[in-house]
Amino acid sequence: MELKPTGDTLDDGAEVAVLGSGPAGSFFAYFLLTLAETVGKELRVDLYEARDFNKLAPGGCNMCGGIISETLVQNLATEGIHLPPTVVQRGIDSYILHTDEGSVRIEPGIAEKRIGAVYRGSGPRDTKERKWGSFDGHLQKIAVEKGARVVQGRVTEVTRDHGRPRVAARGIEPKTYDLLAVAAGINAGTLKMFEAVGFGYEPPATTKTFIREYYLGEEGVLQALGRSMHVFLLNIPRLEFAAIIPKGDYASVCLLGEDIDEDLVQRFFAVPQVRGCFPEAWQMAGRSCHCAPRISLSPATHPYADRIVFVGDCAVTRLYKDGIGAAYRTAKAAARTAVLEGVSRDAFHKHYAPICRSIRNDNQVGKVTFLVTRVIQKLRVARRAVLRMTKREQDQARLRPRMSGVLWDMFTGSASYLDVFLRTLHPVFLVRLTGNLAASLWPRRWARRRNPSG
Amino acid sequence: MAEGDLGRVYRDGEILVRQGDAGDCMYVIQEGQAEIFVERDGKEVLLRTAGAGEVIGEMALFERVVRSASVRAKGEMRALTVDKRNFLKRINEDPSLAFRLVKLMSAKIREMSEEVARYRAGEENHQFGE
Repeated sequence: MELKPTGDTLDDGAEVAVLGSGPAGSFFAYFLLTLAETVGKELRVDLYEARDFNKLAPGGCNMCGGIISETLVQNLATEGIHLPPTVVQRGIDSYILHTDEGSVRIEPGIAEKRIGAVYRGSGPRDTKERKWGSFDGHLQKIAVEKGARVVQGRVTEVTRDHGRPRVAARGIEPKTYDLLAVAAGINAGTLKMFEAVGFGYEPPATTKTFIREYYLGEEGVLQALGRSMHVFLLNIPRLEFAAIIPKGDYASVCLLGEDIDEDLVQRFFAVPQVRGCFPEAWQMAGRSCHCAPRISLSPATHPYADRIVFVGDCAVTRLYKDGIGAAYRTAKAAARTAVLEGVSRDAFHKHYAPICRSIRNDNQVGKVTFLVTRVIQKLRVARRAVLRMTKREQDQARLRPRMSGVLWDMFTGSASYLDVFLRTLHPVFLVRLTGNLAASLWPRRWARRRNPSG
Repeated sequence: MAEGDLGRVYRDGEILVRQGDAGDCMYVIQEGQAEIFVERDGKEVLLRTAGAGEVIGEMALFERVVRSASVRAKGEMRALTVDKRNFLKRINEDPSLAFRLVKLMSAKIREMSEEVARYRAGEENHQFGE
Protein backbone atom coordinates (compact mmCIF):
# COMPACT_ATOMS: atom_id res chain seq x y z
CA MET A 1 0.00 0.00 0.00
CA GLU A 2 1.37 3.42 -0.89
CA LEU A 3 1.46 5.93 1.98
CA LYS A 4 -0.01 9.20 0.78
CA PRO A 5 0.72 12.59 2.35
CA THR A 6 -2.29 14.22 3.99
CA GLY A 7 -2.18 17.49 2.03
CA ASP A 8 -0.48 19.65 -0.57
CA THR A 9 3.13 18.66 -0.80
CA LEU A 10 6.37 20.49 -1.49
CA ASP A 11 7.47 19.41 -4.96
CA ASP A 12 11.00 19.37 -6.24
CA GLY A 13 12.06 23.00 -6.70
CA ALA A 14 9.41 24.38 -4.32
CA GLU A 15 10.05 27.82 -2.81
CA VAL A 16 9.91 28.31 0.96
CA ALA A 17 10.10 31.54 2.96
CA VAL A 18 11.17 31.63 6.59
CA LEU A 19 10.43 34.84 8.52
CA GLY A 20 13.13 35.34 11.11
CA SER A 21 16.52 33.74 11.41
CA GLY A 22 16.67 33.21 15.16
CA PRO A 23 17.08 29.62 16.39
CA ALA A 24 13.53 28.57 15.34
CA GLY A 25 13.91 29.98 11.81
CA SER A 26 17.41 28.63 11.21
CA PHE A 27 16.56 25.23 12.70
CA PHE A 28 13.47 25.08 10.46
CA ALA A 29 15.49 25.95 7.34
CA TYR A 30 18.26 23.51 8.26
CA PHE A 31 15.98 20.55 8.98
CA LEU A 32 13.70 21.28 6.02
CA LEU A 33 16.69 21.16 3.67
CA THR A 34 18.25 18.14 5.42
CA LEU A 35 15.03 16.11 5.26
CA ALA A 36 14.35 17.19 1.66
CA GLU A 37 17.83 15.99 0.74
CA THR A 38 17.11 12.64 2.44
CA VAL A 39 13.96 12.12 0.36
CA GLY A 40 15.67 13.39 -2.80
CA LYS A 41 13.99 16.78 -3.19
CA GLU A 42 15.61 20.10 -3.87
CA LEU A 43 13.96 23.06 -2.15
CA ARG A 44 14.76 26.77 -2.30
CA VAL A 45 14.65 28.46 1.10
CA ASP A 46 14.72 32.24 1.67
CA LEU A 47 15.56 33.22 5.25
CA TYR A 48 14.23 36.77 5.90
CA GLU A 49 16.12 38.53 8.68
CA ALA A 50 16.15 42.21 9.62
CA ARG A 51 18.98 41.88 12.15
CA ASP A 52 22.67 41.63 11.42
CA PHE A 53 24.05 39.21 14.03
CA ASN A 54 27.53 40.69 13.61
CA LYS A 55 26.36 43.90 15.29
CA LEU A 56 26.77 44.50 19.03
CA ALA A 57 23.86 45.11 21.43
CA PRO A 58 20.15 45.03 20.36
CA GLY A 59 20.92 45.61 16.66
CA GLY A 60 22.33 42.08 16.45
CA CYS A 61 20.67 40.38 19.40
CA ASN A 62 17.40 38.48 19.80
CA MET A 63 17.52 39.06 23.56
CA CYS A 64 17.30 36.12 25.94
CA GLY A 65 19.26 34.54 28.80
CA GLY A 66 21.18 32.41 26.32
CA ILE A 67 21.30 29.00 27.97
CA ILE A 68 21.52 25.86 25.83
CA SER A 69 20.06 23.10 27.99
CA GLU A 70 21.71 19.77 28.66
CA THR A 71 19.07 17.97 26.59
CA LEU A 72 19.44 20.33 23.64
CA VAL A 73 23.25 20.10 23.69
CA GLN A 74 22.92 16.30 23.45
CA ASN A 75 20.23 16.45 20.76
CA LEU A 76 22.25 18.85 18.62
CA ALA A 77 25.35 16.68 18.99
CA THR A 78 23.30 13.70 17.79
CA GLU A 79 22.00 15.77 14.86
CA GLY A 80 25.60 16.60 13.91
CA ILE A 81 25.22 20.28 14.87
CA HIS A 82 28.47 21.32 16.51
CA LEU A 83 28.60 24.14 19.06
CA PRO A 84 32.20 25.42 18.97
CA PRO A 85 33.95 27.30 21.80
CA THR A 86 33.93 30.36 19.56
CA VAL A 87 30.16 30.47 20.10
CA VAL A 88 29.73 28.88 23.54
CA GLN A 89 31.11 31.47 25.95
CA ARG A 90 31.21 29.13 28.90
CA GLY A 91 30.43 25.48 29.48
CA ILE A 92 28.37 25.15 32.66
CA ASP A 93 29.13 22.15 34.89
CA SER A 94 27.02 22.89 37.97
CA TYR A 95 24.31 25.06 39.49
CA ILE A 96 24.51 26.90 42.80
CA LEU A 97 21.22 27.42 44.56
CA HIS A 98 21.16 30.47 46.82
CA THR A 99 18.52 31.14 49.45
CA ASP A 100 18.53 33.52 52.40
CA GLU A 101 19.31 30.41 54.50
CA GLY A 102 22.50 29.54 52.65
CA SER A 103 23.73 28.12 49.36
CA VAL A 104 24.34 24.68 47.90
CA ARG A 105 26.18 23.51 44.79
CA ILE A 106 24.28 20.99 42.67
CA GLU A 107 26.34 18.83 40.38
CA PRO A 108 24.98 16.48 37.74
CA GLY A 109 25.67 12.75 37.89
CA ILE A 110 28.28 13.11 35.15
CA ALA A 111 31.48 15.17 35.36
CA GLU A 112 31.04 16.94 32.05
CA LYS A 113 30.14 20.41 30.76
CA ARG A 114 26.84 19.81 28.97
CA ILE A 115 25.17 23.20 29.32
CA GLY A 116 26.26 26.11 27.17
CA ALA A 117 26.05 29.85 27.95
CA VAL A 118 25.87 31.88 24.74
CA TYR A 119 25.10 35.34 23.44
CA ARG A 120 22.30 35.45 20.91
CA GLY A 121 24.00 38.42 19.24
CA SER A 122 27.64 39.46 19.07
CA GLY A 123 27.77 40.73 22.65
CA PRO A 124 26.95 43.70 24.89
CA ARG A 125 27.15 47.31 23.81
CA ASP A 126 30.63 47.96 25.26
CA THR A 127 32.31 44.73 24.10
CA LYS A 128 36.03 45.55 23.98
CA GLU A 129 37.34 42.52 22.14
CA ARG A 130 35.24 40.18 20.02
CA LYS A 131 36.32 36.74 21.20
CA TRP A 132 33.01 34.97 20.63
CA GLY A 133 30.46 34.92 17.85
CA SER A 134 26.67 35.13 17.93
CA PHE A 135 24.73 31.89 18.59
CA ASP A 136 21.95 32.98 16.20
CA GLY A 137 24.60 33.89 13.64
CA HIS A 138 26.15 30.42 14.00
CA LEU A 139 22.81 28.67 13.38
CA GLN A 140 22.11 30.97 10.44
CA LYS A 141 25.49 29.99 8.99
CA ILE A 142 24.64 26.29 9.37
CA ALA A 143 21.32 26.86 7.54
CA VAL A 144 23.14 28.78 4.78
CA GLU A 145 25.71 25.99 4.43
CA LYS A 146 22.75 23.62 3.92
CA GLY A 147 21.54 25.81 1.07
CA ALA A 148 19.30 28.53 2.58
CA ARG A 149 19.62 32.07 1.24
CA VAL A 150 19.53 35.00 3.68
CA VAL A 151 17.35 37.91 2.59
CA GLN A 152 18.44 40.88 4.70
CA GLY A 153 15.38 43.03 5.20
CA ARG A 154 12.29 43.66 7.30
CA VAL A 155 9.12 41.95 6.08
CA THR A 156 6.36 44.54 5.68
CA GLU A 157 3.40 42.55 4.38
CA VAL A 158 2.14 38.99 4.01
CA THR A 159 -0.80 38.35 1.69
CA ARG A 160 -2.25 35.45 -0.29
CA ASP A 161 -1.65 34.96 -4.01
CA HIS A 162 -4.01 32.26 -5.34
CA GLY A 163 -3.84 30.53 -1.97
CA ARG A 164 -0.06 30.78 -1.70
CA PRO A 165 1.67 33.12 0.77
CA ARG A 166 3.18 36.26 -0.74
CA VAL A 167 5.89 38.07 1.18
CA ALA A 168 6.82 41.72 0.74
CA ALA A 169 9.95 43.13 2.39
CA ARG A 170 11.36 46.66 2.47
CA GLY A 171 13.37 47.32 -0.69
CA ILE A 172 12.82 43.82 -2.11
CA GLU A 173 10.45 42.65 -4.87
CA PRO A 174 7.42 40.77 -3.33
CA LYS A 175 7.59 37.02 -3.90
CA THR A 176 5.06 34.16 -3.79
CA TYR A 177 6.03 30.98 -1.96
CA ASP A 178 4.78 27.40 -1.63
CA LEU A 179 5.23 27.54 2.14
CA LEU A 180 5.81 30.26 4.71
CA ALA A 181 7.29 29.44 8.12
CA VAL A 182 6.98 32.24 10.65
CA ALA A 183 9.72 32.31 13.27
CA ALA A 184 9.50 35.96 14.23
CA GLY A 185 9.55 35.47 18.01
CA ILE A 186 7.23 37.55 20.16
CA ASN A 187 9.18 40.75 20.47
CA ALA A 188 8.74 41.87 16.86
CA GLY A 189 5.71 43.72 15.53
CA THR A 190 5.68 41.30 12.57
CA LEU A 191 2.99 39.12 14.14
CA LYS A 192 0.33 41.86 13.77
CA MET A 193 0.49 41.33 9.98
CA PHE A 194 -1.08 37.91 10.32
CA GLU A 195 -4.26 39.21 11.91
CA ALA A 196 -5.06 40.61 8.46
CA VAL A 197 -4.35 37.31 6.66
CA GLY A 198 -7.48 36.01 8.39
CA PHE A 199 -6.98 32.46 9.60
CA GLY A 200 -7.45 33.28 13.27
CA TYR A 201 -3.83 33.47 14.45
CA GLU A 202 -3.52 35.16 17.82
CA PRO A 203 -0.06 35.68 19.37
CA PRO A 204 0.76 34.31 22.84
CA ALA A 205 0.15 36.34 26.02
CA THR A 206 3.44 37.75 27.26
CA THR A 207 5.19 39.30 30.23
CA LYS A 208 8.27 41.47 30.52
CA THR A 209 11.57 40.07 31.79
CA PHE A 210 14.84 41.67 32.80
CA ILE A 211 18.31 40.91 31.42
CA ARG A 212 21.37 42.95 32.28
CA GLU A 213 25.05 42.40 31.49
CA TYR A 214 27.88 43.39 33.83
CA TYR A 215 31.50 43.47 32.68
CA LEU A 216 33.81 41.59 35.04
CA GLY A 217 36.47 40.39 32.57
CA GLU A 218 37.10 36.72 31.78
CA GLU A 219 39.19 36.12 34.95
CA GLY A 220 36.76 38.14 37.06
CA VAL A 221 33.80 36.05 35.84
CA LEU A 222 35.67 32.84 36.59
CA GLN A 223 36.63 34.00 40.08
CA ALA A 224 33.21 35.35 40.99
CA LEU A 225 30.92 32.78 39.40
CA GLY A 226 33.14 29.87 38.35
CA ARG A 227 31.59 27.50 35.83
CA SER A 228 28.27 27.47 37.67
CA MET A 229 24.97 29.08 36.92
CA HIS A 230 23.73 30.78 40.11
CA VAL A 231 20.01 30.52 40.79
CA PHE A 232 18.05 32.16 43.59
CA LEU A 233 15.09 31.08 45.68
CA LEU A 234 14.20 34.34 47.40
CA ASN A 235 11.11 35.66 49.10
CA ILE A 236 10.65 38.68 46.86
CA PRO A 237 7.06 39.25 45.67
CA ARG A 238 6.50 39.00 41.88
CA LEU A 239 9.91 37.34 41.34
CA GLU A 240 9.48 33.82 39.91
CA PHE A 241 13.05 33.00 39.00
CA ALA A 242 16.41 34.72 39.14
CA ALA A 243 19.75 33.65 37.78
CA ILE A 244 23.26 34.96 37.23
CA ILE A 245 24.94 33.29 34.25
CA PRO A 246 28.70 33.39 33.69
CA LYS A 247 29.60 34.26 30.11
CA GLY A 248 32.90 35.22 28.45
CA ASP A 249 33.76 38.62 29.95
CA TYR A 250 30.34 39.30 31.44
CA ALA A 251 27.87 38.16 34.09
CA SER A 252 24.28 38.04 32.76
CA VAL A 253 21.58 38.74 35.33
CA CYS A 254 18.16 37.35 34.35
CA LEU A 255 14.99 37.97 36.31
CA LEU A 256 11.66 36.38 35.44
CA GLY A 257 8.36 37.19 37.04
CA GLU A 258 5.38 39.48 36.84
CA ASP A 259 6.25 42.81 35.22
CA ILE A 260 9.78 43.23 36.53
CA ASP A 261 10.36 46.90 37.43
CA GLU A 262 13.26 48.88 38.88
CA ASP A 263 11.92 48.49 42.44
CA LEU A 264 12.03 44.69 42.12
CA VAL A 265 15.50 44.85 40.57
CA GLN A 266 16.78 46.99 43.50
CA ARG A 267 15.32 44.52 46.01
CA PHE A 268 17.02 41.65 44.23
CA PHE A 269 20.44 43.32 44.24
CA ALA A 270 20.04 44.25 47.92
CA VAL A 271 20.04 40.55 48.92
CA PRO A 272 23.45 39.65 50.44
CA GLN A 273 23.58 36.31 48.55
CA VAL A 274 23.24 38.22 45.27
CA ARG A 275 25.94 40.75 46.23
CA GLY A 276 28.13 37.81 47.24
CA CYS A 277 28.18 36.61 43.62
CA PHE A 278 30.00 39.79 42.53
CA PRO A 279 33.47 41.09 43.42
CA GLU A 280 33.61 43.35 46.52
CA ALA A 281 34.31 46.58 44.65
CA TRP A 282 31.60 45.91 42.07
CA GLN A 283 29.03 48.64 41.42
CA MET A 284 25.50 47.85 40.28
CA ALA A 285 25.32 51.07 38.28
CA GLY A 286 28.16 50.00 35.98
CA ARG A 287 26.04 47.91 33.65
CA SER A 288 27.13 47.19 30.10
CA CYS A 289 23.91 46.31 28.33
CA HIS A 290 20.30 46.02 29.31
CA CYS A 291 17.10 44.70 27.77
CA ALA A 292 13.59 43.84 28.85
CA PRO A 293 12.38 41.27 26.29
CA ARG A 294 8.96 39.71 26.59
CA ILE A 295 8.49 35.99 27.16
CA SER A 296 5.37 34.09 26.37
CA LEU A 297 2.98 32.82 29.03
CA SER A 298 0.54 30.95 26.81
CA PRO A 299 0.50 29.30 23.38
CA ALA A 300 -0.65 31.10 20.23
CA THR A 301 -4.07 30.38 18.79
CA HIS A 302 -4.15 28.70 15.36
CA PRO A 303 -0.37 28.56 14.72
CA TYR A 304 -0.85 27.02 11.28
CA ALA A 305 -3.00 27.30 8.16
CA ASP A 306 -2.73 26.10 4.57
CA ARG A 307 0.91 26.69 3.57
CA ILE A 308 1.68 28.76 6.69
CA VAL A 309 3.18 27.48 9.93
CA PHE A 310 4.44 29.29 13.04
CA VAL A 311 7.42 27.87 14.90
CA GLY A 312 9.29 28.78 18.08
CA ASP A 313 8.08 31.41 20.56
CA CYS A 314 5.40 32.80 18.25
CA ALA A 315 3.74 29.34 18.28
CA VAL A 316 4.48 27.86 21.69
CA THR A 317 7.45 27.67 24.04
CA ARG A 318 8.27 26.15 27.41
CA LEU A 319 7.23 28.16 30.44
CA TYR A 320 10.20 30.23 31.69
CA LYS A 321 12.81 27.66 30.55
CA ASP A 322 14.57 26.14 27.57
CA GLY A 323 13.04 28.41 24.92
CA ILE A 324 15.77 27.44 22.44
CA GLY A 325 14.99 23.77 23.10
CA ALA A 326 11.31 24.43 22.34
CA ALA A 327 12.33 26.29 19.16
CA TYR A 328 14.30 23.20 18.08
CA ARG A 329 11.36 20.86 18.79
CA THR A 330 8.70 22.96 17.03
CA ALA A 331 10.94 23.86 14.08
CA LYS A 332 11.92 20.26 13.47
CA ALA A 333 8.34 18.99 13.83
CA ALA A 334 7.10 21.59 11.34
CA ALA A 335 9.93 20.82 8.88
CA ARG A 336 9.27 17.09 9.18
CA THR A 337 5.56 17.64 8.52
CA ALA A 338 6.22 19.88 5.50
CA VAL A 339 8.63 17.45 3.84
CA LEU A 340 7.06 14.11 4.72
CA GLU A 341 3.35 14.84 5.19
CA GLY A 342 2.42 18.01 3.32
CA VAL A 343 1.82 21.70 3.88
CA SER A 344 -1.96 21.86 4.23
CA ARG A 345 -3.70 22.91 7.42
CA ASP A 346 -4.81 19.28 7.89
CA ALA A 347 -1.25 18.00 7.62
CA PHE A 348 -0.01 20.48 10.22
CA HIS A 349 -3.04 19.74 12.42
CA LYS A 350 -2.36 16.01 12.32
CA HIS A 351 1.43 15.96 12.55
CA TYR A 352 2.60 19.31 13.97
CA ALA A 353 -0.14 20.24 16.46
CA PRO A 354 0.60 17.25 18.78
CA ILE A 355 4.09 18.66 19.51
CA CYS A 356 2.62 22.10 20.29
CA ARG A 357 -0.02 20.44 22.49
CA SER A 358 2.59 18.40 24.33
CA ILE A 359 4.56 21.59 25.20
CA ARG A 360 1.35 23.42 26.15
CA ASN A 361 0.15 20.57 28.41
CA ASP A 362 3.53 20.29 30.07
CA ASN A 363 3.42 24.03 30.79
CA GLN A 364 0.18 23.46 32.74
CA VAL A 365 2.13 21.11 35.01
CA GLY A 366 4.92 23.71 35.02
CA LYS A 367 2.48 26.28 36.40
CA VAL A 368 1.72 23.93 39.32
CA THR A 369 5.43 23.33 40.00
CA PHE A 370 6.10 27.09 39.97
CA LEU A 371 3.16 27.52 42.37
CA VAL A 372 4.84 25.04 44.73
CA THR A 373 8.14 26.90 44.27
CA ARG A 374 6.36 30.13 45.22
CA VAL A 375 5.14 28.49 48.47
CA ILE A 376 8.71 27.35 49.20
CA GLN A 377 9.95 30.89 48.50
CA LYS A 378 7.48 32.29 51.04
CA LEU A 379 8.06 29.74 53.84
CA ARG A 380 11.42 29.92 55.54
CA VAL A 381 11.05 26.41 56.95
CA ALA A 382 10.43 25.03 53.44
CA ARG A 383 13.48 26.86 52.06
CA ARG A 384 15.57 25.42 54.90
CA ALA A 385 14.25 21.90 54.26
CA VAL A 386 14.99 22.05 50.51
CA LEU A 387 18.47 23.36 51.19
CA ARG A 388 19.14 20.77 53.90
CA MET A 389 17.92 17.86 51.78
CA THR A 390 19.99 18.98 48.78
CA LYS A 391 23.14 19.53 50.87
CA ARG A 392 22.89 16.05 52.39
CA GLU A 393 22.47 14.48 48.96
CA GLN A 394 25.44 16.38 47.54
CA ASP A 395 27.61 15.46 50.57
CA GLN A 396 26.68 11.78 50.71
CA ALA A 397 27.31 9.91 47.48
CA ARG A 398 25.29 6.88 48.69
CA LEU A 399 22.06 8.94 48.78
CA ARG A 400 20.18 8.96 45.50
CA PRO A 401 19.99 12.65 44.51
CA ARG A 402 16.22 13.02 44.51
CA MET A 403 15.89 16.70 45.49
CA SER A 404 19.10 17.59 43.63
CA GLY A 405 17.74 15.88 40.49
CA VAL A 406 14.42 17.71 40.76
CA LEU A 407 16.13 21.09 41.23
CA TRP A 408 18.68 20.37 38.49
CA ASP A 409 15.97 19.57 35.97
CA MET A 410 13.79 22.51 37.08
CA PHE A 411 16.68 24.99 36.71
CA THR A 412 18.27 23.56 33.59
CA GLY A 413 15.03 22.75 31.77
CA SER A 414 16.55 19.35 30.96
CA ALA A 415 13.39 17.37 31.72
CA SER A 416 9.69 18.00 31.20
CA TYR A 417 7.76 19.61 34.05
CA LEU A 418 5.63 16.46 34.23
CA ASP A 419 8.71 14.32 34.74
CA VAL A 420 9.95 16.65 37.48
CA PHE A 421 6.53 16.76 39.15
CA LEU A 422 6.11 12.97 39.13
CA ARG A 423 9.49 12.54 40.80
CA THR A 424 8.34 14.76 43.69
CA LEU A 425 5.49 12.31 44.32
CA HIS A 426 7.85 9.37 44.84
CA PRO A 427 7.35 7.94 48.38
CA VAL A 428 11.10 8.11 49.19
CA PHE A 429 11.21 11.79 48.10
CA LEU A 430 8.18 12.59 50.27
CA VAL A 431 9.52 10.71 53.32
CA ARG A 432 12.91 12.44 53.02
CA LEU A 433 11.31 15.84 52.53
CA THR A 434 9.08 15.31 55.58
CA GLY A 435 12.16 14.39 57.63
CA ASN A 436 13.98 17.50 56.45
CA LEU A 437 10.94 19.67 57.15
CA ALA A 438 10.83 18.29 60.70
CA ALA A 439 14.57 18.87 61.10
CA SER A 440 14.15 22.44 59.87
CA LEU A 441 11.14 23.11 62.14
CA TRP A 442 12.68 21.67 65.32
CA PRO A 443 16.44 21.67 64.68
CA ARG A 444 17.45 21.09 68.35
CA ARG A 445 15.02 18.26 68.99
CA TRP A 446 16.02 16.66 65.68
CA ALA A 447 19.76 16.94 66.50
CA ARG A 448 19.14 15.30 69.94
CA ARG A 449 17.23 12.44 68.29
CA ARG A 450 20.02 11.85 65.78
CA ASN A 451 22.76 12.11 68.41
CA PRO A 452 21.29 11.21 71.85
CA SER A 453 24.71 11.07 73.57
CA GLY A 454 25.45 14.66 72.57
CA MET B 1 40.46 23.38 27.42
CA ALA B 2 38.70 26.61 26.50
CA GLU B 3 35.93 27.83 28.83
CA GLY B 4 33.40 27.34 26.06
CA ASP B 5 34.37 23.74 25.32
CA LEU B 6 31.48 21.40 25.94
CA GLY B 7 31.92 17.81 27.04
CA ARG B 8 34.93 16.30 28.79
CA VAL B 9 38.62 16.18 27.91
CA TYR B 10 40.29 12.73 27.90
CA ARG B 11 44.06 12.38 28.21
CA ASP B 12 46.11 10.36 25.72
CA GLY B 13 45.40 6.66 26.29
CA GLU B 14 42.47 7.26 28.66
CA ILE B 15 39.70 4.69 28.23
CA LEU B 16 36.21 5.96 27.38
CA VAL B 17 34.57 2.58 26.85
CA ARG B 18 35.75 -0.86 27.97
CA GLN B 19 34.87 -3.99 25.99
CA GLY B 20 32.47 -6.17 27.99
CA ASP B 21 31.07 -3.33 30.15
CA ALA B 22 27.38 -2.47 30.14
CA GLY B 23 26.73 0.72 28.17
CA ASP B 24 24.05 3.35 28.63
CA CYS B 25 25.40 6.19 26.50
CA MET B 26 27.17 7.07 23.29
CA TYR B 27 29.88 9.65 22.65
CA VAL B 28 30.17 12.37 20.04
CA ILE B 29 33.80 13.37 19.45
CA GLN B 30 34.13 17.15 19.56
CA GLU B 31 37.88 17.43 19.08
CA GLY B 32 40.79 15.00 18.57
CA GLN B 33 40.75 11.29 17.83
CA ALA B 34 39.83 7.99 19.50
CA GLU B 35 40.95 4.45 18.78
CA ILE B 36 38.43 1.63 18.72
CA PHE B 37 39.93 -1.78 19.42
CA VAL B 38 39.02 -5.29 20.57
CA GLU B 39 41.02 -7.74 22.61
CA ARG B 40 41.21 -11.25 21.16
CA ASP B 41 43.31 -14.06 22.63
CA GLY B 42 45.19 -11.53 24.74
CA LYS B 43 46.07 -9.45 21.68
CA GLU B 44 44.83 -5.99 20.85
CA VAL B 45 43.26 -5.57 17.40
CA LEU B 46 42.74 -1.99 16.22
CA LEU B 47 39.43 -1.68 14.34
CA ARG B 48 39.52 1.96 13.35
CA THR B 49 40.33 5.51 14.41
CA ALA B 50 37.44 7.94 14.81
CA GLY B 51 37.74 11.74 14.49
CA ALA B 52 35.83 14.93 15.30
CA GLY B 53 32.10 14.77 14.61
CA GLU B 54 32.04 10.98 14.68
CA VAL B 55 29.83 8.97 16.98
CA ILE B 56 31.13 6.06 19.06
CA GLY B 57 29.39 3.52 21.26
CA GLU B 58 26.04 4.08 19.54
CA MET B 59 25.17 0.35 19.60
CA ALA B 60 24.50 0.71 23.36
CA LEU B 61 21.55 2.99 22.55
CA PHE B 62 19.75 0.32 20.57
CA GLU B 63 20.81 -2.96 22.20
CA ARG B 64 21.04 -4.29 25.74
CA VAL B 65 24.31 -6.09 25.28
CA VAL B 66 27.75 -5.34 26.64
CA ARG B 67 30.20 -3.09 24.77
CA SER B 68 31.62 -4.93 21.77
CA ALA B 69 34.88 -2.97 21.67
CA SER B 70 37.00 -0.62 23.77
CA VAL B 71 37.61 3.03 22.97
CA ARG B 72 40.59 5.10 24.12
CA ALA B 73 41.77 8.62 23.45
CA LYS B 74 44.52 8.97 20.83
CA GLY B 75 46.26 12.09 22.04
CA GLU B 76 44.19 14.59 23.99
CA MET B 77 40.57 14.48 22.85
CA ARG B 78 37.21 15.93 23.86
CA ALA B 79 33.90 14.09 23.70
CA LEU B 80 30.29 14.76 24.65
CA THR B 81 28.17 12.04 26.23
CA VAL B 82 24.64 11.39 24.95
CA ASP B 83 22.51 9.51 27.50
CA LYS B 84 20.47 6.55 26.34
CA ARG B 85 17.47 7.75 28.39
CA ASN B 86 17.51 11.20 26.81
CA PHE B 87 17.98 9.74 23.34
CA LEU B 88 15.12 7.24 23.63
CA LYS B 89 12.74 9.87 25.03
CA ARG B 90 13.55 12.24 22.21
CA ILE B 91 13.33 9.57 19.52
CA ASN B 92 9.87 8.68 20.78
CA GLU B 93 8.76 12.22 19.87
CA ASP B 94 10.95 12.58 16.80
CA PRO B 95 11.92 9.33 15.08
CA SER B 96 13.83 11.30 12.44
CA LEU B 97 16.54 11.95 15.07
CA ALA B 98 17.72 8.42 14.25
CA PHE B 99 18.22 9.28 10.53
CA ARG B 100 21.76 10.52 11.08
CA LEU B 101 22.73 7.58 13.27
CA VAL B 102 21.28 5.13 10.73
CA LYS B 103 23.27 6.90 7.98
CA LEU B 104 26.48 6.73 10.05
CA MET B 105 25.89 3.07 10.94
CA SER B 106 25.13 2.21 7.32
CA ALA B 107 28.41 3.87 6.24
CA LYS B 108 30.22 1.75 8.85
CA ILE B 109 28.54 -1.45 7.57
CA ARG B 110 29.57 -0.58 4.01
CA GLU B 111 33.16 -0.03 5.14
CA MET B 112 33.14 -3.33 7.03
CA SER B 113 31.64 -5.21 4.06
CA GLU B 114 34.47 -3.94 1.88
CA GLU B 115 36.97 -5.01 4.51
CA VAL B 116 35.44 -8.51 4.76
CA ALA B 117 35.45 -8.79 0.96
CA ARG B 118 39.12 -7.79 0.85
CA TYR B 119 39.93 -10.25 3.62
CA ARG B 120 38.03 -13.13 1.93
CA ALA B 121 39.65 -12.39 -1.43
CA GLY B 122 43.05 -12.45 0.25
CA GLU B 123 42.20 -15.77 1.94
CA GLU B 124 41.12 -17.35 -1.38
CA ASN B 125 44.26 -16.13 -3.10
CA HIS B 126 46.26 -17.63 -0.25
CA GLN B 127 44.43 -21.00 -0.64
CA PHE B 128 45.19 -21.15 -4.34
CA GLY B 129 48.80 -20.35 -3.61
CA GLU B 130 48.84 -17.04 -5.48
